[in-house]
Amino acid sequence: MSGTPAGRHYLNSAYGIRSWLLTVDHKRIALLYLTSVTLMFMLGGVFAALVRLELLTPAGDFFHADTYNKMFTMHGIVMVFFFLIPGIPAVLGNFLIPMMVGARDLAFPRLNLLSWYLFTIGAVFTLFNIVIGGVDTGWTFYTPYSSAYTTTNIVPVALGIFISGFSSILTGLNFIVTIHKMRAPGLTWFRLPLFVWAHYAYSIIVILGTPVIAITIVLLALERVFHLGFFDPALGGDPVLFQHFFWFYSHPAVYIMILPAMGVISEIIACFSRKRVFGYSFVAASSLAIALLGFLVWGHHMFVSSQSVFAGLIFSILSFLVAIPSAVKVFNWTSTLYRGSISFQTPMLYAFGFLGLFTIGGLTGLMLATLGIDVHVHDTYFIVAHFHYIMVGGTVMAYLGGLHYWWPKITGRMYPEWWGRLSALIVFIGFNLTFFPQFIVGYLGMPRRYYAYPPEFQVLNVMSTAGASILGVGYLIPLVYMIWSMRYGKAATANPFGATGLEWQTSSPPATENFAEPPIVTEEAYAYDRIPVPERGVYAG
Amino acid sequence: MPAEARVAGPKTAHAHQFEDAGQQREAVTLGMWVFLVTEILFFGGLFLAYAVYRWSFPAAFTLASRHLDVLLGGVNTVVLIGSSLTMAFAVHAAQTGRRRALSLFLLLTMLLGGVFLGIKAVEYHAKFVERLIPGASFMMSEENAPAHFDPATDPAIAAGVPSVDPGAEADLQRHAQIFFSLYFAMTGMHALHMVIGLGLLTWLLFGAARGRFRPGADAPVEIVGLYWHFVDIIWIFLFPLLYLIGRHA
Ligand code: HEM
Ligand SMILES: [Cu+2]
Repeated sequence: MSGTPAGRHYLNSAYGIRSWLLTVDHKRIALLYLTSVTLMFMLGGVFAALVRLELLTPAGDFFHADTYNKMFTMHGIVMVFFFLIPGIPAVLGNFLIPMMVGARDLAFPRLNLLSWYLFTIGAVFTLFNIVIGGVDTGWTFYTPYSSAYTTTNIVPVALGIFISGFSSILTGLNFIVTIHKMRAPGLTWFRLPLFVWAHYAYSIIVILGTPVIAITIVLLALERVFHLGFFDPALGGDPVLFQHFFWFYSHPAVYIMILPAMGVISEIIACFSRKRVFGYSFVAASSLAIALLGFLVWGHHMFVSSQSVFAGLIFSILSFLVAIPSAVKVFNWTSTLYRGSISFQTPMLYAFGFLGLFTIGGLTGLMLATLGIDVHVHDTYFIVAHFHYIMVGGTVMAYLGGLHYWWPKITGRMYPEWWGRLSALIVFIGFNLTFFPQFIVGYLGMPRRYYAYPPEFQVLNVMSTAGASILGVGYLIPLVYMIWSMRYGKAATANPFGATGLEWQTSSPPATENFAEPPIVTEEAYAYDRIPVPERGVYAG
Repeated sequence: MPAEARVAGPKTAHAHQFEDAGQQREAVTLGMWVFLVTEILFFGGLFLAYAVYRWSFPAAFTLASRHLDVLLGGVNTVVLIGSSLTMAFAVHAAQTGRRRALSLFLLLTMLLGGVFLGIKAVEYHAKFVERLIPGASFMMSEENAPAHFDPATDPAIAAGVPSVDPGAEADLQRHAQIFFSLYFAMTGMHALHMVIGLGLLTWLLFGAARGRFRPGADAPVEIVGLYWHFVDIIWIFLFPLLYLIGRHA
């Protein structure tokens, strides 16, 4: 049975603020990230709440149009660049990848610390702009509005995003090298956990995509500050070129957000249905397919931006193609569940939430990839609903599920199971109440980014705002009990869920070196038929 | 990890997260290559923008490119190739453990890099004087074209960019501005990379002075060398694109 987390581990191996701020231990860096990313999520959430508050009534009666513009812009920027993109890889990936490949640390620990500092500095620049008045371009920064017209603080935000982009690049680089060069003896590529495969694919996209947004931001800043002409028609430039650059990164960025989430889901589903993931190698390969195909579809964001019908057609077809590997994953997860011995623990509830919401998001994505439909719903709330189903219903559900699943490993404590299940339920209900009405109101023609709307849309908007409050409560509950559990939670065993994977073969929390003995791998991943199901009492915490 | 393993062997052998020096070396080299991939995509954005606008405004780009000083650009190309050579010698010196030679070649590389930046500064200054800096006072005039350029016999102008039409003339100016925007962005980014490279070389020089790099422990020299060659290669693309294409059309 479990004992108190005795002995030396990475949490108590050194004390004091310096031992955290100067640490090169990937597990401690993961916790630094956990703190920053949680703060950013809360901040983005506050902006979301204000946006929804304004939309409670048809007239613009809480904020000025300008203020409203700044709020949805900050909501988008903070959520995308400072929560969704770093979230799972920087927290769970950092913590788990070295352990999952049986290494003592990432290949470049100091680079890893640097990447956290870059993230923080980037966040500070971005937050600084709020203090001095905000930005009103939307998170897409379309030119020439952003480069020539708006009077708001584009440059500090651009700099913040640029710097945090470097942080992503360093993380991706570290993962690639670690996965290539530091696997334990016997850990062949096709024995790697799917979490690792997903992060490998994620890293490829980061490496190929982030530099493009970086140079785009540099050009935007040069145009704004030095009047170098690139995108401004008054200078002979082409604003659509900016859109090509922007979406060449930002479409793959959705896969940057969702691939790590898919990795989490594979682990959870295998563990809580106690089966090998059905079609393991297809799931692994589909990650790579998503990474590569994802670079070919950016044009579906520009169906109405002076693109030729022919180009629109090509991008439409390619967008359908990129849905295939995602569908492969969903079908393989479903097949894994089929006749598995499923237990409805908190992480599994979140994973089920992911499956349902991601599927809806994905199917509506196919609608959007259809040229004609997109022209109808372009820049309406239909789009807003679609991407929230993918990003919040997908990535955030997986993030919370993963956080619960590995919480015992990270902290050495169990989260309270009953509260966990409750929160998963509330989040699911709140989520659907928030965003499903947006599909309808968008289809009926309510445009996004407006602070007022015709009165006939009010009922759906009130539903949405009510849902957002429920969702907010659903997010706050885990925040409270997670902090509570760090002190009062039941002590966790090394492997409370009876899971496979090297990370479960070391103590909870792990020692600074991760493993007492360097592990040797002799089996494929997910050999659940060999591991006895743990007693319910052990993990029902 | 057993504590003995960490203290055993020379201090520079390998960091604690690696099993041995060989693994460390492979990891560091792969890391640098992956980083260079990101650099290729970073510059790739610039190259793409260049390609798009060169395709859209061929005449303006041809004219504008003639305002660059091909002699200085050529000299700089030679200087950079020379610095790649001395860098290669430096890597070799590190591998064979010749400390004095290592320091010497690092210094030479830095010197050539400095010359490159100096010449670049001279070119920038000339553009400033000729009012070729994009912005309100931008003015690409025919007087500030190099002496050997004669607009009357210029095939590009003859072919369809009549400089008499004021609308077309304004277009030409705007499009030439785009050329110079790209010129400054591309060469400026390249120069920034050179500056970072000089910083890295300085760091190597200090290490070399303290005898840090020995055969088998020379990976830092090697990967900085990779970086330096990469920056040189970028220039090898920039030079013809900006200075040469269409020059004699
Ligand atoms: C509490 C839940 C949330 C609510 C109520 C909410 C609400 C909204 C609303 C109303 C908009 C549209 C603003 C407009 O176009 O007029 C929006 C945009 C957006 N949201 Fe959320 N959101 C929530 C959570 C999230 C999360 C968790 C993320 C990412 C993790 C996210 C990412 C975005 C992005 C990227 C945009 C686009 C911003 C833009 O149009 O510039 N949202 N959100
Ligand atoms: Cu897209």
